[in-house]
Amino acid sequence: MNAAEIKAAIEAAIPGCMVSVVENGSPSARHSLLIDSEHVLAVARFLRDDPELRFDFCSNMTAVDWLDTEVTEKVKVPKVVDGIEQEIEETRKTKVSGYLEAVYHLFSMEKKHGPVILRVRTKDRSVPAHLPSLTPVWRSAEYQEREAFDLYGVAFDGHPDMRRILMWEEFTDHPMRKDYVPPADDEAELTEFAWAMIQEAIYETVDVTGAAASATSPESEIMEISMGPHHPSTHGVFRMDVRLDGERVVRLKPVLGYLHRNHEKIAENCSYLGSIPYTDRLDYLCSMTNNWAYALAVERLTGIQVPERAEYIRVIVGELTRLQNHAGVVGFLIQDMGASGTPLMYAFREREKILDLFEALSGARMMCNYMRFGGVRVDCSVEWLQAVRRVVGAFPRFLDEFEQLLGGNEILMARTQGVGVLSRELAVNAGATGVMLRATGVNYDIRKVDDYGVYGHFKFRVPLGEHGDVYDRYMLRILEMRESLKILEQALDGIPSGPIMDPKTKLRGLRPKPGEAYARIESPKGELGFYLISDGTVNPYRYRVRPPSFIHLTVLEDMCLGRNIADVVVTLGSIDIVMGEVDR
Amino acid sequence: MKLHPPDRNPPDLNSKIEADLAAVKSELSKHGVLTTTFEELYNWGRKNSVWPLTFGLACCAIEMIATTMARYDLARFGAEVFRPSPRQADLIIVSGTVTKKMAPLVVRLYNQMPEPKYVIAMGACAISGGPFRDGYNVLKGIDRYIPVDVHIPGCPPRPEALISAFMALQEKIAGQHIAGEGRARHLKAEEPSEFQIPGYGEHDLEPPNNRTIFPPENPLKVIQ
Repeated sequence: MNAAEIKAAIEAAIPGCMVSVVENGSPSARHSLLIDSEHVLAVARFLRDDPELRFDFCSNMTAVDWLDTEVTEKVKVPKVVDGIEQEIEETRKTKVSGYLEAVYHLFSMEKKHGPVILRVRTKDRSVPAHLPSLTPVWRSAEYQEREAFDLYGVAFDGHPDMRRILMWEEFTDHPMRKDYVPPADDEAELTEFAWAMIQEAIYETVDVTGAAASATSPESEIMEISMGPHHPSTHGVFRMDVRLDGERVVRLKPVLGYLHRNHEKIAENCSYLGSIPYTDRLDYLCSMTNNWAYALAVERLTGIQVPERAEYIRVIVGELTRLQNHAGVVGFLIQDMGASGTPLMYAFREREKILDLFEALSGARMMCNYMRFGGVRVDCSVEWLQAVRRVVGAFPRFLDEFEQLLGGNEILMARTQGVGVLSRELAVNAGATGVMLRATGVNYDIRKVDDYGVYGHFKFRVPLGEHGDVYDRYMLRILEMRESLKILEQALDGIPSGPIMDPKTKLRGLRPKPGEAYARIESPKGELGFYLISDGTVNPYRYRVRPPSFIHLTVLEDMCLGRNIADVVVTLGSIDIVMGEVDR
Repeated sequence: MKLHPPDRNPPDLNSKIEADLAAVKSELSKHGVLTTTFEELYNWGRKNSVWPLTFGLACCAIEMIATTMARYDLARFGAEVFRPSPRQADLIIVSGTVTKKMAPLVVRLYNQMPEPKYVIAMGACAISGGPFRDGYNVLKGIDRYIPVDVHIPGCPPRPEALISAFMALQEKIAGQHIAGEGRARHLKAEEPSEFQIPGYGEHDLEPPNNRTIFPPENPLKVIQ
C-alpha cells in the first residue's frame, strides 16, 4: 500500500483533513504523509482501527528541527530610471520561518505491512512548540514524546506525563535543537557562588531520616524508595522511583538519562562513516548488530548494494552476537534472583569463546567496528570459519547443561512463573518487540517479516511464548539460541566466495542525495531502528536511533504494579535493558 | 591537594636504613627466619583484600564483570568481594562514561566510602570523556571532582589492563607509610576525605569542576 492510496483513504474517512504527500528523494522512495495538527489524532485512530489498514504498532517516533531559512530570489522589476521604463533585476530575500516536525513510523503487526510515515509540523520554533500527543493511541509513543520534549522542546498536549526524561529537571535548554550551543566547560570561569561553595566546603548532606519519614505516615504506610542509579540489580545506571505499600508496588516511575551521552547529537556532527564506532557503544553487548542496523539504514538511503558473501558474514556475526547476548542476559537474570555467581560464570565462559572469535575477526573483543555500508571491513579466513564451527558445535552442550540445571528448577519457576505478566494487547500497543513481544504469543520476528539480508535463505522457527511472563521470556531466549545455532550451521555451509564489498563503494566523504530512510533489524533486544535524514552534505541532518529497550521500559510499571519489590528486580532483568542503548 | 610521592621512592633520610634492613632480612630468610615490619605486614594485608564497589557505569563495566569471571578471575588478587554498599568498599572503579547527570552521584558514593579509599578511572571516558567528549551531557573526566589513583586507557580496556591497574594499585598500597612525614594521605588529618558534590544547574553542573583538586599539579614536579 503506497502513500497516495493511504492519503485517499484518510481523506475519505476524515472530512476536512489536510493530507499531503512529502516526497522522499532517497532510493528507498518511502514517501510520508503530512497531516495538519488538528486532525492528526483522528487520523491516528483511523489508521490503527481501520480493518483494512490496522497500523497497530507505532515503531518509531522522533522530532526534527528545521531552522529558519532565507530564500534569495532574483526578480525582474519594472522601474522608471531616467524617465525610461526599464526592467531591473533585484535580489529579494524572503525569510521562511522554521518549524519542528514530529515523525511517526507505523507498522502493522496483524497485517504485517508498513511502514506508513506520518509527519506533523508546528507553526514555528518557539519554546515550547505545541503538538497533539499520540500517546493515547499508541503507548509506545509515551517515552519517545517525552524525549522529543526534553531534547527538542516540543510539548505534546494530551500526554499523561509531560516531563523531561533524559536531562535533569533543572535543565532549561533543548540540546538537540540545531542552534544549541553547549557550555564551554574546558576553561570555564567559576562563578562567585561556586567559589564560595568550594572554599567554604559546604558539603551536601543526605537527609537520611527526613525524606523517607515524611513519605511514610502511619495511616497510609506508603513508603517511597529511590532504587538506583547505583544499585546492583538495575543493570547499569538506571533509577526507579518506587512507591510501596508494605512490600507491594503501588507506583513505579523509571528515571533515565544517567548514561545519556549524546550519541545522536555527536552523530549529526560526524560523517556517515565516523558514526560506526559510536554505534558499537549503543548496546555495548551487541556491537555487531548495532553496526548492521546502521549500515542497513545508510544502504537504504544511498542504494548501495551488498555482495552476498558479506551478507553471509553479517548473518554469522549477527547470530553469534545473539548467542552471547542471550547467554549473558540469562546469566544476569538468574544472578538477580540470588543465584550469585555460578550461572553467570557459566554464561560468561561461553561468552568469552564468542568474544575470541570477534577478536580474531575484527581485532576487538567488544567494540568490533566491523561492518561498513556496502559490506564488511575485512574478510574472514577459512580457519576462522572452522573456529566458528567448533564453537557452534560445542554450544548445545552448554544449553543442555543450563537447561538441565535451571529449566525445571523449582526456585526459578516459583520466582518467574506468573511474574511480570504483559498482556498481548498492551505489548503490541506499547511497541514491545523481540522476546518481550513474542513471549506474549505474537508472531512478529523482523527477520521473517522484513526478510532483510539473506535471512530468506535459512530455515528456522520463531519460538513463541504463551503467558507473557518472566519464565516465558527466559525460556524463549534459550530456544532462540537453539534456532540461532541452526541458522549458523546453514550459513557456515552455504557461505559463498566472492568480494566482501564493491570496491567502488565510497566510504569516506559519502554524500547521499537529500532524502530519508528508516531501517530496522531484529537485534537481540528487539527492533533496533535507525532513521536518517540527509540534506546532501557529508553529515546526516537527522540521526535517530530507535532503541528497543528504551521503549520496553514504558510498560515496566504496568508489569510491576501490585507485585512485591523483589519481583521488580526479576521483571527488570527479564526485559534485558542496556543503559547505553536506553539513554544513548 | 598535593600528589603523593611514588611508592618506590622512600624519603632520602631513611633510604640507607631501609637498604640495610632489606639486606639483613634477605640474609635471615636464607636461614629460614622470616622477619617483617609492622608497616609491611599491615600493607600486605590491606593490598590483598581490597573490596571494590559493585558499581558499573557503561561499556567498561561489562569488561569489569568479565574480569571477575572465570577466565580472568580477579579473585586471585584478593578482590573478588564486590560490595554493593559504599560503606563497605575500599575501591571505586569508575568504569565508563560519567555523564553530568551521574557525576554528583559518583562524588556522593566516593564521599560515603570510609578511608582508606582508592579510585581507578577505567577507560577513556572516565579519564577525559573519551569519544563522547563533545557531548553536552558528558563530563570530561572524573578527576574534575575526585582524585584518581590509577588511570587505565582504552575503549574499553581489556580485562588484562584492569588487572594491571589493580596490580599498580596494590604496589601503591604496599609502598604507603603509616607514620612519619611521608605517611599515606588517609592518615593525615588535614587532608580532605570528602569532596564537594556539584549541583544541577540550568545549563551545566555548578561548579563545572572542583578547583581545589583540578587541574592536578604536574606529577613530575612532586617527585623531585
